[in-house]
Amino acid sequence: MWQFFHKLGSPKWFFGIATRLMPWLLAGGVLLLMAGIVWGLAFAPKDYLQGNSYRIIFIHVPTAFIAQSIYIMMAVAAVVTLVWRMKLADVFVKAVAPVGLVLTFLALFTGAVWGKPTWGTWWIWDARLTSMLILLFLYGGVIALDRAINDEKSAARAVAILVLVGVVNIPIIKYSVEWWNTLHQPATFKLTEKPSMPADMWVPLLLSVLGLYLLFGWLACLRMQTEILFREQRTRWVKDYVMAGRG
Amino acid sequence: MHPIRKKRLTIVLFLLVGLGIAVALTTYALRQNINLFYDPSQISAGEAPVDVRIRAGGMVEEGSVVRDPDSLTIEFRVTDFNASVPVEYTGILPDLFAEGQGVVAMGRLNNNGRFVADQVLAKHDENYMPPEVADALEKAAKGQNKASENATTNTVSY
Repeated sequence: MWQFFHKLGSPKWFFGIATRLMPWLLAGGVLLLMAGIVWGLAFAPKDYLQGNSYRIIFIHVPTAFIAQSIYIMMAVAAVVTLVWRMKLADVFVKAVAPVGLVLTFLALFTGAVWGKPTWGTWWIWDARLTSMLILLFLYGGVIALDRAINDEKSAARAVAILVLVGVVNIPIIKYSVEWWNTLHQPATFKLTEKPSMPADMWVPLLLSVLGLYLLFGWLACLRMQTEILFREQRTRWVKDYVMAGRG
Repeated sequence: MHPIRKKRLTIVLFLLVGLGIAVALTTYALRQNINLFYDPSQISAGEAPVDVRIRAGGMVEEGSVVRDPDSLTIEFRVTDFNASVPVEYTGILPDLFAEGQGVVAMGRLNNNGRFVADQVLAKHDENYMPPEVADALEKAAKGQNKASENATTNTVSY
């Protein structure tokens, strides 16, 4: 177990694993996401109340869900950075923060597009929307803080602390719709209950969530590899790798 | 585990627990500000300020909607099945506005306990279903015929 943990800390070892994983992640992600989106947008039944406009759920929910998952993963990586000083954990945080930023923005944007016809407004300062906006700023802050500090090690620690401080926002996003009165509706999916929508709607939704997860995995591997190559550019194995690629 | 790492882990855990408590207390203290709207029970209990711009939210009571034929003015009651508040509004309503649906209205409470709204937003619930299922459910609720009841028992098993 500990040996595996230490191996995981080796950028070279991760680089190899990532190279082998990436084609599968990409293929699976594209396949599932396409299936989910096409099924959801073209074949799923329309909603009795909202008609076709509810279909934005097939993009809104996956982006919002994974934007929050990424932040939780970043928080775990931040603990690893602070406690074990593992370089790879910092590489992960640095590599995925922009992905999280983009997904959070997409979730807010699709939500606004849906909100206009459904609620009658693009934006309202309710607890769910506001806490999600804070998540967007947190991602922005993480990226900015990382860029602002030149020394790699100090940047890693500062960013890890910021990520940890921000993680309290995640349960607030999740439970905002239950703790307070909000315009945003409560979750349709709960772990303990059957989803309050028919299978024709939730299966494509589940497919797009899984697909986006896999695509995120692919993107994370790709961005981490790039970051590793940059950081380890003076090492023997990177030189060998680059030379082999050229020859 | 290495003692230094153990120490760092403890510090990290303390940081998280401390932050969690601080945020929990802050949001608890600010809960009335974070709540988007007052519900009808709060308004009828006099908890909502009079003549201040606030939001009121709840369900549009069945059979309470009265439209003025000559203008866009509409009157309805907002209920939480415990208390209800009369609302009047002039303007365009969102498509989802209907009796039995959730709404959030922004406006002022006047001295007579009437809520004069200048904006009405529809609140959607977490339930989604195809139109046929909704029809079948409605028919079953009215107990019109056995065929549709069978249809709903099928759809409930989703």
